[in-house]
Amino acid sequence: MQRFKARFGASIIEATLDRKQAIILVAAAQWLEISKYCRDEEKFDYLADLTAVDWPKREKRFDLVANLYSFPKNERLRLKAHLGENETARTLIPVWPVANWLEREIFDMFGIRFDGHPDLRRMLLPEEWVGYPLRKDYDILTQDQAWVKENLGIESGQ
Amino acid sequence: MDPTRHNSTTEIETTVLGADEIILNMGPQHPSTHGVLRVKLKLDGERVAASECIIGYLHRGVEKIAEHRSYQQFAPYVDRMDYVAAVSNGLGYCEAVEKLLGAEAPPRARVVRTILTELQRIASHLVWLGTHALDIGALTPLFYCFREREEILKIFEKYCGARLTTHAFRIGGLQYETYDGFEEEAKRFCDDFAHRIDEYETLLTENRIWLGRTKGVGILSAEDAIALAVSGPVLRASGVKWDIRKAAPYAAYAQYKFEIPVGKTGDTYDRYIVRMEEMRQSRLICLQAIENIPTGAIMARIGKVLKPPPGEVYHAIEAPKGELGYYIVSDGTTQPYRVRVRPPSFINLQAFDKMARGSLVADVVAIIGTIDIVLGEVDR
Repeated sequence: MQRFKARFGASIIEATLDRKQAIILVAAAQWLEISKYCRDEEKFDYLADLTAVDWPKREKRFDLVANLYSFPKNERLRLKAHLGENETARTLIPVWPVANWLEREIFDMFGIRFDGHPDLRRMLLPEEWVGYPLRKDYDILTQDQAWVKENLGIESGQ
Repeated sequence: MDPTRHNSTTEIETTVLGADEIILNMGPQHPSTHGVLRVKLKLDGERVAASECIIGYLHRGVEKIAEHRSYQQFAPYVDRMDYVAAVSNGLGYCEAVEKLLGAEAPPRARVVRTILTELQRIASHLVWLGTHALDIGALTPLFYCFREREEILKIFEKYCGARLTTHAFRIGGLQYETYDGFEEEAKRFCDDFAHRIDEYETLLTENRIWLGRTKGVGILSAEDAIALAVSGPVLRASGVKWDIRKAAPYAAYAQYKFEIPVGKTGDTYDRYIVRMEEMRQSRLICLQAIENIPTGAIMARIGKVLKPPPGEVYHAIEAPKGELGYYIVSDGTTQPYRVRVRPPSFINLQAFDKMARGSLVADVVAIIGTIDIVLGEVDR
């Protein structure tokens, strides 16, 4: 932890333990640099998972969450960064190529953009899908009513 | 271009095709794709020049559903992801929520969970072996594999009433005691299974056609495997000796002795050998566990209404397909604020392109089979 602080100073916002799992909250601007440092210096060579959480009431609504694993150390570490609604993050593909599909899925579900991603398209949903389902304010009902009206010509009654 | 829209021009479509090149669609309705996987291949003669997986046909929004269910209500949903290994999904979810609550299942529950999960691993590998061999042209193993799998499903059915989507475990332990004769039946299966694996191996391991179709096909180096974060047998076949059951033991695995089989070259044949050996090891774990099932409670005292304190947890288990992780965020209410599933099939499938490039189009079927995907889990 001290090594992180010494290297990145104010970009390391907070380091906590939750249920004995280490979490480091970093500044989104340094997302790529800190990831690279984790892989090269701290030996976290395995990006187990990359995902996001939506907190719509917060000033910066998204948490970007990377779960890392280190084969040499047999340790796990969670990196987090806060992102605002229209902010983008740097892609992690140069650090961990697995990030390609994971970032596409985040884009698909949360609408977060990744700078430098070569192929940022929806991963699971069809291309004409409207909105980002895993956002907390995602409104399926309005869409459903519109669909029923357009395609069936009746009020959906929901 | 409107960036919010799905952009359908891909690497495959934007590049100009050479004189010998064609684009071939495989799936989503093709028996060898093991579900509704669609693969777009750019072929140069008979070689694969580029490939793209198109997925999502089975997307049901599992992670969104979780946000509108209580912790217990969501448990049966996880069975529907990797539906040939529902018990493993349930174990991962229950243990993740237990970790979030700061609770632990009693020793008896943990041992019974281990037995059922290992039986499930064997069942899952049997489905893989049967269908994979069928894809490559060996018809017989399918019947043998499903014969043995049936025995395992019968044990599940007797234990909890369901064969496929079992919902065998509950948060905090087990709902049901084991039935009379559970130990004997599980033991009889394991005793019998030793020579069954030998039987499969006599059909395949030294079969010249099998060797020709799997040796050197779909090679994935250890370096690429780690960079693409593949896990489970696919990772181990590339020579990385890593199994979460050993690296971070959960359930009752710390008590048992077993080996982690690894491959050398990371080709389809190695993945076959690794999975065969894993079934043997699972059998040994089961036998050790059946020897000594502790007595006592099967359910921890956690109360009926679960309100985990605010916070988050990531818990990973070694599912038959690889690292199955649950990242759960609690806001202190009865419903999870966010459930993220780290699906091993989805992430392993990303390595398909790496394995398929340069191979023959006939080998694509072998490569899809060897990754061992379940589309329910890929698409969630």
